[in-house]
Amino acid sequence: MSTRILQRVLIYTLLLLGSATFLMPLLLMIATGLKPIEQTMSVPPTWIPYRLYVQKDGVLIEIKQADVNRYPAVSIIKKPAPRWGNYVEAIKAMKLFPRYLSNTVILCVLTVVGTVLSSSLAAYGFSRIEWRGRNSLFVLALATMMVPFPVTMVPLYSLFRWLGWIGTLKPLWVGSFFAGAFNVFLLRQFFMTLPKDLSEAARIDGCSEFRIFWQIVLPLCRPALMVVALFQFMYTWNDFMGPLIYLTNQKDFTLALGLQFFQSQLGGTEWHYLMAASTLVALPIIVLFFFTQRTFIEGISMTGIKG
Amino acid sequence: MTRGERRNLRLGLAFVSPWIVGFLAFTLFPVAASMYYSFCDYDVLTKPIWVGALNYRDMLTDGVFWKSLYNTFYFAAWALPLGLIIALFIAVLLNQSVKGRSVFRAIFFLPSLIPVVAASMAWLWILNGNFGVLNHLLELCHIKGPQWLADPIWTKPSIVLLALWGCGNTVVIYLAALQDVPRSLYESAEIDGATAWVKFRHITIPMISPVIYFNLIMGIIGSLQVFAQVYILFAGGGGPERSALFYTVYLYQNAFEYHQMGYACAMAWVLFLIILSLTLVATRSTRKLIYYAGE
Repeated sequence: MSTRILQRVLIYTLLLLGSATFLMPLLLMIATGLKPIEQTMSVPPTWIPYRLYVQKDGVLIEIKQADVNRYPAVSIIKKPAPRWGNYVEAIKAMKLFPRYLSNTVILCVLTVVGTVLSSSLAAYGFSRIEWRGRNSLFVLALATMMVPFPVTMVPLYSLFRWLGWIGTLKPLWVGSFFAGAFNVFLLRQFFMTLPKDLSEAARIDGCSEFRIFWQIVLPLCRPALMVVALFQFMYTWNDFMGPLIYLTNQKDFTLALGLQFFQSQLGGTEWHYLMAASTLVALPIIVLFFFTQRTFIEGISMTGIKG
Repeated sequence: MTRGERRNLRLGLAFVSPWIVGFLAFTLFPVAASMYYSFCDYDVLTKPIWVGALNYRDMLTDGVFWKSLYNTFYFAAWALPLGLIIALFIAVLLNQSVKGRSVFRAIFFLPSLIPVVAASMAWLWILNGNFGVLNHLLELCHIKGPQWLADPIWTKPSIVLLALWGCGNTVVIYLAALQDVPRSLYESAEIDGATAWVKFRHITIPMISPVIYFNLIMGIIGSLQVFAQVYILFAGGGGPERSALFYTVYLYQNAFEYHQMGYACAMAWVLFLIILSLTLVATRSTRKLIYYAGE
């Protein structure tokens, strides 16, 4: 019995230690983003942003960090005080933050719509209709997943340059309207699970193939479509290499590229603003994750088990 | 072909047409062009000039190329096995009947979702040699922490650390597989008096071996192509003494900084061959070890 208890204690200790380690960088990022600059550089580091006060005639008066030595140590009162204003300052310091945000949102909307539409169409063609050559073409689609991005990087760049798209957002979204193999594969696996009779019955009733796709199959596949949409949103929001290669004007930057640009300009000084900006970039993803956790977990598990 | 067959062929092609167009424009053409450019001197501004295998021969004598290859292998050799083991360990812990499992799972998973740029900024700060938390924690244990990102010895371990922090993806895949292992197997093993280790070694590992294999392959593909973290942590420059110049970063530099697009293409093909052969080796050498329940 006692070994069982010991085992439990061990498991929980490991889990708590592990999750503290995994959370630490995020908590530190958020905390640093809420500090005044002198608290970011303090040794030893402080975790919680604070303000200092001394009691004078019954009222609390805030004092500066630099003046600490002028007061007896016992009279100094430390109170937790996050500087929410850092977010505003960071946005101002990044200058084009609203542009970065709107570019990112535009790209997210376009790529999510494009991916969901085109991948589900293609997946339907690869699963719900029998036609000659279907399977060999599908194997070809799977084979394209093997090609690493660097192989196609240069020709894609020269193609987009020839089209005059470098320095516009187009290279980052047009491709999503042409069904990537991974999403087609994911949706096809899902479409295959629906019974054949479903389409047959509709066909006998004279329903067009597109209507079967649009009004019968798609509504039944909402969970899988959600997974694809979510993954695409995340991918676009987080993508760094694409924007780095194709975007040339600062006003076209996405948040990811804009944040890196901001950091390269700061040159390692104003950590509080950098962390505040990083928090702002990460926050939508964190919030999204909390609202769609189950879709996320199912999606990831799906890629692992069925892949 | 009957009328129905022809109708189906037309319909099928119509539905997959977005993929066909995408395949031709964004895969087939670039792959063919990339192959051609890899035998050319090409700077994107002027027409490519055929130079034969020159780019590939240049690679043999390019010390920086070998350095970047070494750095990438060094990283993969640590990050890949450690990542697979740590993720499995966490997944096994989570698979015990623990309270608040979904909360723990969310915590381990979350870092892998954080935008890589934001995550890199956080680590830039943690790994800061003077004010960073990591060195502070080490100091509490009476260890003098190094200048993680400025000391050539420590740049690659820093990136390994960052990669391990993002292993939550793998944890979730493992956990899903662990939950699919039939309980009855464990129960009958317990009747035979099997210890926890024996159960893990002889039931868990074989039952989830297809997923371990999947994670291994994904890990090989991913770790050899690490780009964003390294580019951001070292401001695109490859770090002190090029100690963090990874393969894809050098490839990117060749393409978009030195405008040696032909050389970059040749490097990309070599990377493809490396990934392909490692995947084949991994597949060959694990074939006998993987247990597929369906077969």
